[in-house]
Amino acid sequence: MEPLSWTGATGAFLNPFILISATCLVFAYIIQFVMSFFAAPMTLQSNADGSLMKRGGISSGIENVANVAFLAVIAAAVLYLVAGVLAPYGQAGIIGVMAKRLLPVWIALIVTFSLSIYFKRKLGLYGKLFDSTVGMIGFGLVMFWVFTALFAGGFDMLVTHDPLGQVSGLKNKAPGVPMPDGSTGDWPHYLLGGDNLARDIFSRVIKGSVIVIAIAPLATLFAFMVGITLGLPAGYFGGKLDTVLSFLANLILAFPVILLFYLLVTPEIVATGIPSFMAAFLFVFPMVFFGVLLNSRYYTQPSKRNPMLIVVLGVLGWLYLSLISQDGTVLNFLPDAIDGFDINPGILVVFVSVVFVNSPTVFRIVRGLALDLHTRDYVAAAQTRGEGSWYIMLWEILPNARGPLIVDFCLRIGYTTILLGTLGFFGLGLPPESPDWGSTINEGRKLLLIVAHPALPPAIALLSLVLGLNLLADGLREESLKD
Amino acid sequence: MGLFILKRLGVMILTALCLTFVVFWLTNLDPNLEKLAKTQGNSRMSDEAVVTYLENRGYSQALPIKYGEWIGLLPGYVITGSDGEVRARCATRGSSVEDAPKFCGVLQGEWGFSTRFKEDVSQIISIRLGHTAKLMGFVMLVMVPGALIIGVLAGMNEGSRTDRTLSTFSIITTATPEYVSGVVLIALFGTATFGMQWFKGNANSALDDATFQNFFLPVITIALYGMGYIARMTRASMTEVMTAQYIRTARLKGVAFRTIVMKHALRNALIAPFTVIMLQFPWLLNGVVIVESLFSYKGFGWTLVEAASTNDIELLLGVSVVSVVVVLVTQLISDIGYVFLNPRIRIA
Repeated sequence: MEPLSWTGATGAFLNPFILISATCLVFAYIIQFVMSFFAAPMTLQSNADGSLMKRGGISSGIENVANVAFLAVIAAAVLYLVAGVLAPYGQAGIIGVMAKRLLPVWIALIVTFSLSIYFKRKLGLYGKLFDSTVGMIGFGLVMFWVFTALFAGGFDMLVTHDPLGQVSGLKNKAPGVPMPDGSTGDWPHYLLGGDNLARDIFSRVIKGSVIVIAIAPLATLFAFMVGITLGLPAGYFGGKLDTVLSFLANLILAFPVILLFYLLVTPEIVATGIPSFMAAFLFVFPMVFFGVLLNSRYYTQPSKRNPMLIVVLGVLGWLYLSLISQDGTVLNFLPDAIDGFDINPGILVVFVSVVFVNSPTVFRIVRGLALDLHTRDYVAAAQTRGEGSWYIMLWEILPNARGPLIVDFCLRIGYTTILLGTLGFFGLGLPPESPDWGSTINEGRKLLLIVAHPALPPAIALLSLVLGLNLLADGLREESLKD
Repeated sequence: MGLFILKRLGVMILTALCLTFVVFWLTNLDPNLEKLAKTQGNSRMSDEAVVTYLENRGYSQALPIKYGEWIGLLPGYVITGSDGEVRARCATRGSSVEDAPKFCGVLQGEWGFSTRFKEDVSQIISIRLGHTAKLMGFVMLVMVPGALIIGVLAGMNEGSRTDRTLSTFSIITTATPEYVSGVVLIALFGTATFGMQWFKGNANSALDDATFQNFFLPVITIALYGMGYIARMTRASMTEVMTAQYIRTARLKGVAFRTIVMKHALRNALIAPFTVIMLQFPWLLNGVVIVESLFSYKGFGWTLVEAASTNDIELLLGVSVVSVVVVLVTQLISDIGYVFLNPRIRIA
């Protein structure tokens, strides 16, 4: 087999085209940026006859150029992908093969976007997201990785080679390198080259997304449960409770995150069982949250409350017990018959420490919001009606604080992704052969000055996911402020 | 005001005590001590040998006693070992056991002895902190003016093309952690892969002789990540000021836009970013650890990683005291500075 080039046959026409349009775009943006300080801005002037006239022709002209160039770049990118999907294997180069391999993701993205845009007026805040370009770009980036993780993790699609399999002779080989003669498998190339241990970088990046997408949102959710359950009473009641909880939160926040990780996420600490106890403590909070949430609302209707509480607490309790009872750790009390699942202790300690680091910040945000909202009229009205404190906190204050919390949730998933990468970067927690992006970057950076290509794909993947989450949060904030 | 500072100092000392105790406890857990014994003594020690090694060197005392010795409230141990040798905590630096002082803890100015570098902790930390201060100084020089300019330019015309371009730039930089931007920058400018090998991807030589070539990449890597955040805060503050009544009055009076921005808006818009910049220090500390490992620049962050990975207890304690003090002092400065900058706020 021949080694693949980046763009293959499609590049002959598309490469110069995208180069020219990208150059135009960059120059148009620079000129626009500089002009904005000197040239008169484009304004609309109303004439006596009732018509409108555009003034400031230069700015508007450059704006048109920029818009056309932007569309051209987008069109070229789409053409690369379409050509890759339609052309036979290898004709459209590495990009083409990757586009073909990721076809399920493209289909899922197109379906999601067309359905969401069609029904956007009926979907509340989520639908409004599709009014903002920034929000749509962010949502697209995030959903790309979500679908990738779903197809790769759930259905074992997308990957081309075993992410842990080594093929001799492909160590540190450049992208598009063919497999050696006589090797089995459907995919005759390493699309993004081989890493230091001769593993396929493309498959590792795809598999790595599964770990990140599985851990980051869930850990953020747990941190929110902890932060909300402790932050609401701290802000609502104030006093001694607030002082003590705030001091503890500041204590954790004063710790440099990396020092904390180095102290918590080591095999020695895992052996002492401290992460298991922390898990046992932190994972109680979702149960407390949902229990109090339902009880405070329905305690006057026991016939409704009792079955609800039994079902919810039963399921959560079973999940909780199965989660903290692990074979081979200090806490192992459930018999195997009812122990639902076991989590790799390396992943558990990573999960616990990420929740631990995130919850004080969430606590501070929720406490601030509760402090602000507990003086509002609807809270006073609820107090006059004689509602309980927890009802007021969870059913009056919390829904009214949802805007900032949703935005912060998106941002915080991004931050958690960064933290997970940091752990991988220092080789903490996850096993060294794990394909998650942080560990892969760590592997790649050791030889960075000699071969650069193994470290770049995971770095760019991580960047695009976090960027997507930030843009999504920005779009959500913009749209929620419009009300 | 004086009472406020005193109160804050009290909280600070309490926090530092709590944190050092946590670090002390975590580093003195049995598996960690065993690791320490095996790295210091002999990696194939038997379990009994580990126990006697730890007993002879005072590691097997009760945790509060050890902590008291480190603080300097309790007299240092003097132990006649099972091998007949007499070891005293305060005599580890060459002096004989008889001449050793009774107390040697932080209160006496003794920060202990690093088992990893075989040197005094205070000496290691002061040297490494100097290296990191150089890095941080350059980062601040690049980051703060850059972020303020970007934020002010973006915020003075909300919604304009300039605003959108600069805001996108700051979102991209906040979404790029140091280990991503560092790797990308080294690959782009530190290697010959893309034909732009303009800088060095290794900053080890910058310890003695920092040049533009070997120091630019680490500095810009840290600066970029912090820059976006400060710029966004500055932009938010600037847009708020630009919609204030007195700005509208000035515009209606016909004051030139440039004068409005420079004379009226800027002063009020820069109060909020001051706090943000101060609170960035703890974040920078994280960035420093990553960047120093990535560029093998042997400063404070690199020392932290070395101390943590070899369970060097006293060095790790010294490092955590320094970082906690940095965090708390910057918080204090930001609170006090805010009062001076914003006369509407009074602290009782």
